[in-house]
Amino acid sequence: MTTATRSVRGASPRPAAIVEAPGGHSKRRQLAGLVIVLGALVVLWEGTKWIAGDPWRIHATIAGIGIDYEHFPPLKWRIADDLSLPHVWDIVRAFVDPAQRGGAPLGAVLLGQAAFTFAEALAGFVIGGLLGLGLGVFFVHSRLAERALVPYVVASQTVPILAIAPIVVVAIKADWVSVMAVSAYLTFFPVTIASLRGLRAVDPRAIELFRSYAATRRQVLWQLRLPTSVPYLFTAFRVAAAASIIGAIIGEQTAGVAAGLGSAIINYNQYYISAPERLWATIVMSTFVGLFFVGAITLAETILTRDRYRPVEGLL
Amino acid sequence: MTASAIREWLPAAVVFVVVLVAWEVSLLAFGIKSFLIPRPSVIAESLVADWSTLSRGVLFTGTEAVGGLVVGVGLGTIAGLATARWATAREMLLPVAVGASTIPIIAFAPITLNWFGPESILPRLTIVALMVFFPVMINTVRGLTNVEPAALELLTSYAASQSQTLAKLRAPNALPYWFTALRIATTLSVIGAVVGEFFGGPLYSLGIYITLETGHSRYPTAWAAIVLACAMGIALYLAAVALERLVMPWRSAREIVR
Amino acid sequence: MTMDVRPGPVVVEAAGIGKIFGSGHAAVTALESIDLTIRQGEFVSLIGPSGCGKSTLLRLIGDLTAPTSGTIRVNGKPAERARLDRDYGMVFQAPVLMDWRTVARNIELPLEIMGFPADERRRRAGDLLRLVELEAFAERHPWELSGGMQQRVAIARALSFDPKILLMDEPFGALDEMTRERMNAELMNIWQRTGTTIVFVTHSIPEAVFLSSRVVVMSARPGRIAQVVNIDLPAERSIETRESERYFELITRVREALRRHEPGEEGSEPGGPAGTARVRAEGLA
Repeated sequence: MTTATRSVRGASPRPAAIVEAPGGHSKRRQLAGLVIVLGALVVLWEGTKWIAGDPWRIHATIAGIGIDYEHFPPLKWRIADDLSLPHVWDIVRAFVDPAQRGGAPLGAVLLGQAAFTFAEALAGFVIGGLLGLGLGVFFVHSRLAERALVPYVVASQTVPILAIAPIVVVAIKADWVSVMAVSAYLTFFPVTIASLRGLRAVDPRAIELFRSYAATRRQVLWQLRLPTSVPYLFTAFRVAAAASIIGAIIGEQTAGVAAGLGSAIINYNQYYISAPERLWATIVMSTFVGLFFVGAITLAETILTRDRYRPVEGLL
Repeated sequence: MTASAIREWLPAAVVFVVVLVAWEVSLLAFGIKSFLIPRPSVIAESLVADWSTLSRGVLFTGTEAVGGLVVGVGLGTIAGLATARWATAREMLLPVAVGASTIPIIAFAPITLNWFGPESILPRLTIVALMVFFPVMINTVRGLTNVEPAALELLTSYAASQSQTLAKLRAPNALPYWFTALRIATTLSVIGAVVGEFFGGPLYSLGIYITLETGHSRYPTAWAAIVLACAMGIALYLAAVALERLVMPWRSAREIVR
Repeated sequence: MTMDVRPGPVVVEAAGIGKIFGSGHAAVTALESIDLTIRQGEFVSLIGPSGCGKSTLLRLIGDLTAPTSGTIRVNGKPAERARLDRDYGMVFQAPVLMDWRTVARNIELPLEIMGFPADERRRRAGDLLRLVELEAFAERHPWELSGGMQQRVAIARALSFDPKILLMDEPFGALDEMTRERMNAELMNIWQRTGTTIVFVTHSIPEAVFLSSRVVVMSARPGRIAQVVNIDLPAERSIETRESERYFELITRVREALRRHEPGEEGSEPGGPAGTARVRAEGLA
């Protein structure tokens, strides 16, 4: 995928734009944005149910005050019945309720499964990331290899992973190694493309400078190309982290690895009619794992590159 | 085909032919009875033999992918235009969208299946649209806002109106970003459709077909379906590239687009 | 004939201009008590060390930023009104051409925005391409042109709608010395033919002296007008002008004015175009 470059031309020796560093003010705004979006989502959700859901009733005693409320939606058209969209509070409660009679709460069970899936995804991420970086380094040093192989790197992403997954599973046997392989397969692509782009983003004058020092290719790589590519790589790592989680979930489902979130989704999907909120809770947990991984990468980026790099945008 | 285009694509074409031939010949020569990865000619045979089922699958899965692509790209572009319009909205919503784009949307596939039923195209269409929405929205916002400050000042000095700034500067500036997102979206759409079918769908749909054939160890037919799914993804990707060259001739002339 | 004081009507009138960026501890005074009057048909250069606020002053005149104190009137109206009336043609150091437009259509951009009919746009673009000697490149795209040619397109674009004032912010700063001198001669030519009032920001003393009817020497921290030097060279300027004794005398006068108001060693600034390679330091850190 090509880069999204600045389109208005002009080789201005002055800094073209002063990028405002995200300070406390903007952090607060981002948080407000998150709260507003989540709030709007809940309002939209429950609002739809209010108009076109199933009738519901609260009968409880909170802080000594008895509440008894019954709601009948005005429309006969039940687009948002409890099976399609369970109540937000039912989903929250599903986390607390025991997963099995007398067992640990579902939240705790899901957390354990999430940790398992995360470990698989992490392993796949590391393998895929190293592979992607290696390919990037290879391609940047060989124009012929780039022309011959990059089209296939791009094409590899059009292979539906599921299509490969069952065969991977048969080939590597049905266990977490095949899950890792699927995860790595999804991870290597963004890293390859971004590292190729980052390694090439070096100022040609800096290359000339290194040439004047009679630097070796290896020195140019370590002292110049890799440091330049760091912000590009982190952008790719974030994308790859999200992809590795997806790969792990799908891989688990195909491989039949029972300990992770992927099989939990399959499992609760089978019991959807009786307990839809459990599937929803599992999906929420999957979302959290994805956000957690991406958040961890962002944190690592902040710590490692603080104030040293300008942000790179445009690659997703 | 110009000489430079041939030089650009020849190595890849050579690799394609060499790999195919080497694969075929080595399996034949060493007499390997590989059922996992059959010879290309065997795959081609089952592609022809199974064409009536496979073509239905391509049509069904393709409709899901393209439908979801159109809906997701359309909504993403509209959301991007609206978000970029106000600085506050941009600051508040863009990070949320970036976060949301990391959500494993595919996990919602069973839910959409429960909503619309397995025989309809809607479950996968919804998943594809959701998967595609965020990258398109984010890149649209970035393209509309990452404008050279001097160019904005230039338009200010002409006393250009908001809509003129959008039409003459921001929108053309956003096109490369938007097309980058479109390319990502094309590959996502086929993946989303096929993987979405894994959770349920008509028997002839490509996702189900691949799973069934693999389950029965009929690898040549499974591979035939896989090849078709890949071909669909590549076709959509190349269509996006072609559209990009058509809409932005200035750009493909300037850069050697891969 | 001398051109020091033109009797024409006042075009720019800046009175008691101050500009402060930021607030509180971070506040930086960019400009302080600036008074400047520019008359019709003048070519006024603003010259001074980095940070003297010469670009800021130009942007204040063009209503790209607002003054903290004082008033600016352009053609007898507030600067904003003048901008909305499309009195300004701007040229920046970078050409700021749109990649997606051909050279001719880049020149037509302001005309499109201002609602000129299509045939009129085409006629004007053709005339201006001839003026900057780029007829052969009308249908090319900006990236196919050299830096000097791109800047000529930017100037043609600025002239396309006959603005009353041309505001130029180091337009030749990124060009090599040879191209720069040729561009100076071309700009001189254009100015004499069109009679447009020009305000010109530059780092180059020879450029300022060669082009201007007046040179405004500014000092830094805070930005103030240190001295105004009248350039009494003949109206017709050419290569010979650059070799005349008076030209060198005036260069010396401007240089001395600059040196006299230098705050210290740090205020001095390397002359000539920025030709040194800049290695992206942040990439190596």
